[in-house]
Amino acid sequence: MNHTIDALLVLVVLLNFLALATSRLMALIRASALQGVVLACVALFAHPEIGPQALLIAGGTFAVKAIAVPLLLMRAIRDVTIRREVEPLIGFTASLLLGGLGAGLALVFSSHLPLAPEHAETQIVPAAFATVFAGFLMLTSRQKAITQVVGYMFLDNGIFLFGLLLIEAMPVLVELGVLLDLVVGVFVMGIIMHRIQRTFSTINTTQFSTLRE
Amino acid sequence: MGPVQCVLAPLGFAAIALAVPSNRWRPATLPLGALCHLAIVITVVARGDDGSTGGWLLLDPLAKLVLLTVALLFLCCALYAPGYLRIRSDRPNRRLCAGLLLQVAMLSLVAMSHHLGLLWVALEATTLTSAPLLYFNHTPRALEAAWKYLLIGSVGIALALLGSFFLAYSALAAQLPSLLHFDELVAMAPQLSKPWLHAAFVTLLVGYGTKMGLAPMHTWKPDAYGEAPGILGAMLAGGVTTGAFVALLRLLTIMHAAGERAFVAPILVFMGLLSMVFAAVFMVRQKDIKRMLAYSSVEHMGILVLGAGLGGLALFGALYHMLNNALTKGVMFLSVGNIHRAFNSKSTDVVTGALGRVPASAALFLTGFLAITGSPPFGPFVSEFTIARAAFGSGQFVAGGFYLALLMAVFLGMGSTVLSVVQGQTPPRDSASPDHADRPSLVLPIVLALLLVLLLGVWLPGPLRELLLAAAAQVEGRP
Repeated sequence: MNHTIDALLVLVVLLNFLALATSRLMALIRASALQGVVLACVALFAHPEIGPQALLIAGGTFAVKAIAVPLLLMRAIRDVTIRREVEPLIGFTASLLLGGLGAGLALVFSSHLPLAPEHAETQIVPAAFATVFAGFLMLTSRQKAITQVVGYMFLDNGIFLFGLLLIEAMPVLVELGVLLDLVVGVFVMGIIMHRIQRTFSTINTTQFSTLRE
Repeated sequence: MGPVQCVLAPLGFAAIALAVPSNRWRPATLPLGALCHLAIVITVVARGDDGSTGGWLLLDPLAKLVLLTVALLFLCCALYAPGYLRIRSDRPNRRLCAGLLLQVAMLSLVAMSHHLGLLWVALEATTLTSAPLLYFNHTPRALEAAWKYLLIGSVGIALALLGSFFLAYSALAAQLPSLLHFDELVAMAPQLSKPWLHAAFVTLLVGYGTKMGLAPMHTWKPDAYGEAPGILGAMLAGGVTTGAFVALLRLLTIMHAAGERAFVAPILVFMGLLSMVFAAVFMVRQKDIKRMLAYSSVEHMGILVLGAGLGGLALFGALYHMLNNALTKGVMFLSVGNIHRAFNSKSTDVVTGALGRVPASAALFLTGFLAITGSPPFGPFVSEFTIARAAFGSGQFVAGGFYLALLMAVFLGMGSTVLSVVQGQTPPRDSASPDHADRPSLVLPIVLALLLVLLLGVWLPGPLRELLLAAAAQVEGRP
């Protein structure tokens, strides 16, 4: 079982790199949707046995991260008719290198934290940290509102991955609450993004300079 | 009447607000909802501690204190709302009315939540309900503020989720059953895995600190408070920040139970003083009155965290200050709202001599300023003084000295802006703009808030003192 999960985790990290390296927004959203699919699989296999709870969590993850949020985002870019992230604050090659560096640091960092014996073999912790880092990188270095939302999605995926270690601690209710908050959050962000487009005729948040000190 | 009703009542009124078709009558749901909420809160607070444990919603002393704070502040804001929304009848108010009630429901949930996952969900819900409300005025600047608030707030709260997971994992890594139930985490705190516990503390402090608006994670605050309608500003600065502080206090309870006082205290003291420094620096020559209030909020969040870090009597002072700060912020934001409207500007370039145009609001603003900066005989003076006394009494002279110096610096910085707003030559009225003179419906709710602040300063009722002492003892794990 652990081998399946580890293989899936490699996919998760590769999708991080893909997202950091691409300038095309469609590819970015597809990468986040694909990561959602992979995470749903990881959630399924992370349960000790595949019962109703595992199916509920995996199904919820799939519905939110692979379908609902990507659809919302795709609708948003269709409305605002933009295709590419231009002029990121950190270039695409540089962000890819930083992402690789972050993944390496995540490995080092997580080897210093004590793990429960049943988790000693899995690579969930470094994969989670690497994804959180990639999300942060996107949030801080991209200028389009939509890329920032995708960055937030990656950040959230990393946190979700870590949460899988705690399947027993988190009652289903809370996990579904977390997913619901995410959908609503992205939905509200989508609405605001739409308004930004209508008001400023762009979704570059660099236009947001009126409220500077 | 139980904990559930404190959440359900405002939720029900939010549903009514959504259903009422008339823009004119809908604002009435706010005062009705607030009165109903306050009545339920007073009933459950007056009833003794039922001593039950293990549930997800519990009325412990801290929960009661926060419920009272939120209910009193919301009452003042809700009484102000109908008068305000009558003036702003040009704008649909369905979202604002329902959103404010929803916010109060979620804050009540935060106050009572004894499950860290539930607490997180409720606090995130307050972010999501507040963001659309910030866009009430439909200006590009409001949009910018809403975006920043939503994005920074969401990232902060995401970090808080990661921190909660770390906390749960600290039990698992120590071969204990992993869970997020607060009481059980406190019970097994001494055995939790230290590295994970420390990681959880730092991550949660950054996460909930962002939501609270501690420097240097406060960058959303001036924008959001600057563009928010007065009512929302008051609820954000007095209510939502209080909710985030409660989350930090729950964390602090676990850290105290784990015997990690020596690890957390210096971090909290440093963060508290840093916020006060940021506030003092940015307050100087601040030309925007609402942004000035935002920095004042950063300062007071710093005071709360400082008090929590100093511990003992200072923690008592911080809890007391939480109540004082919330109500005084109500006075400030609502009176600034009146001044803003009367001058159609919130820049000190335009707004001078407010006493000449809206004497009551200007006088309330000036008194609110004196109260919030810690002048006797108001509540904040007593709580700020308590924290100073605790700092010097426990031999922490450096922190105490910095604290007093920063309070003084903020007083001077804020004072120059406030005085230039209140005094001076009143500019001639622009005949084209509507007349927004003082009217009772927009002044009396502020007077109510100010009277409460004054009351808290001159007389601390016995039951409230007991509640504050019990809450402080609860956080520090003293019997």
